[in-house]
Amino acid sequence: MNIINLENITKVYQVGSEEVHALDGVSLKIDRNEYVAIMGPSGSGKSTLMNILGCLDTPTDGKYDLNKTDVSGMSDNELAEVRNREIGFVFQTFNLLPRATSFHNVELPLIYAGIGSARRRELAEKALASVGLKERMLHKPNELSGGQRQRVAVARALVIGPSIILADEPTGNLDSKTGEDIMALFHEIYKQGNTIILVTHEEYIANHAKRIIRLLDGKIASDERVAEHMVPGRQEK
Amino acid sequence: MRFHFFEWKEGLLISLAAIRANKARSLLTMLGIVIGICSVALMATAINGIDKAFVEGISSLGADNLNIDKYAWFSNEDFFLMRNRKSITIEQFERFQKLAKLPVAVAPTILSVHKVLYGDNYIEGTLMTGTTDGYVRTTNFNFSRGRFFSALESSGARNVAVLGSEVASHLFERQDPLSQEVKIDGIPFRVVGVLEKQGSNLLGNFNPDNQVYMPIGAVFKYFRRARDTVTIVVRARNTQMLAATREEAIGMMRRVRGLLYNEKDDFSINEQEGLTANYNQVVGVIKLVGLFITGLSLLVGAIGIMNIMFVSVKERTKEIGIRKAIGAKKRTIMGQFLTEAALICLIGGLVGLLLAVALSMVINKFLPTSVQMNTVLLAISISLFTGIISGLAPAWTAAKMNPVEALRYE
Repeated sequence: MNIINLENITKVYQVGSEEVHALDGVSLKIDRNEYVAIMGPSGSGKSTLMNILGCLDTPTDGKYDLNKTDVSGMSDNELAEVRNREIGFVFQTFNLLPRATSFHNVELPLIYAGIGSARRRELAEKALASVGLKERMLHKPNELSGGQRQRVAVARALVIGPSIILADEPTGNLDSKTGEDIMALFHEIYKQGNTIILVTHEEYIANHAKRIIRLLDGKIASDERVAEHMVPGRQEK
Repeated sequence: MRFHFFEWKEGLLISLAAIRANKARSLLTMLGIVIGICSVALMATAINGIDKAFVEGISSLGADNLNIDKYAWFSNEDFFLMRNRKSITIEQFERFQKLAKLPVAVAPTILSVHKVLYGDNYIEGTLMTGTTDGYVRTTNFNFSRGRFFSALESSGARNVAVLGSEVASHLFERQDPLSQEVKIDGIPFRVVGVLEKQGSNLLGNFNPDNQVYMPIGAVFKYFRRARDTVTIVVRARNTQMLAATREEAIGMMRRVRGLLYNEKDDFSINEQEGLTANYNQVVGVIKLVGLFITGLSLLVGAIGIMNIMFVSVKERTKEIGIRKAIGAKKRTIMGQFLTEAALICLIGGLVGLLLAVALSMVINKFLPTSVQMNTVLLAISISLFTGIISGLAPAWTAAKMNPVEALRYE
């Protein structure tokens, strides 16, 4: 069953008097519980694709079904709701609210979803426990290490039970050891039945996924299954 | 559209945190609103005070009184035409008094200005009202000592005087004025009564507190010429009877003055209403101008808020991007910044109001002012309104931000 179905997506930017085709007819299907890496050099359109997949941006043309709902023509507010319910973001720079505690950061999507305070507490604590940070609940981001911050971000992405986890260079700001820990966390999340889309330019990180899609000049250059994908913690560096 | 209280509560907490995080900036911004609200509240209070003083003063003159006079108090009629009217004489008053059936009281009055002296104390330029014993029934006077002069003293033009409270306290300080002799332009008058404090400073010399009352005969004997005009004070039974009393007065005065049917009135009927209309005209303009000017200071405060909110939105672009990415809708972001602006204004407004209350206590020494409940409500709603209006544009800028660009902002 396809959770994501892109049909002939194009995205055109107007730069001065010139039209730039960031995406040029991309069609793509992703099933539930897939672990996909999207790769490509800078300028290949992978950021644009990620923004469209994450409902942060809308395509110029084409059709995007997310969880059987057409989101390509939605208004800003409808997209906000879809992002809230269906997508969990993990960013390279963590993007936590600096003045809020870990707990509040994780709780925030639930507030926007309109969930009551008792249920929020329960869900947020559970999500923080699942990334091993329950005892750091009341710390603010600047009191946490980089790895811990990214774990809080992962907890925030997971807390509402989204259809897809969208991770944009999640290890880009971490040292390799901590990066490995985060990849192990993703593997675990994947094994629990979640759908993960990983955007990266590092071959090594992409090899953790089960399927690698390579972009070039706004088109899909290759789309292949990884027979022997890496399982974190087992391989040597 | 669903609305959740905790979404708003989240906005409130964010706003408080943002205000706390930028204490100095928030305080300076608030100061604009504090000054603005304070001046608006003070202005409103002062206007209330002036109105109250005027109403009190006017009612001490008697609310249902008519004044038949040679001159019109407020009119566009040519002064020189009125000047050529014949004087109203005491004899005409007496005939009018016999003819008029509707009034509860009538009295002739004539004014004169003199120096009043007792011992070493004196007052220059005191207003004397010469009248008859019936005058007291056209007023609401109360006496702290003694009485008004009697019919016998009036008709006999005796040297007796009734003092206004200010006059009495100035001349006699702590001594009892009753039966003492004051000198009015050197002529001795015996004090038979002292009025209680009645009027209002707004009326100046016309305030009964600053006047001396004496028999009209004595005024004509010592101070005024026999051909000088008198003003007839007519008191109607009540406000409903005022119009009928006026009609009767006009008719009777025409008879007394021997006017033919085709001749115009050669006298004027003056009423408090004219005074009130005149007051409203003058003070109304002052009120509008005053509120407009104080409103300007509030506007400056509002512009300050708007400015700082734009800075705040710009600074928190990244935060807005994060919030939007995880599902904040336009109205959520908008609400967050509107709440912040409204909160700054509300706090500023409350501080301004407290300041206004404190300052009005000082002003109260000159004008009977107090901050009224409606002023408080007005100030609070104005400050909230100011906050929302000045927060609108910045909040909208934040709400319509593109999440991709906002997330990329460093």
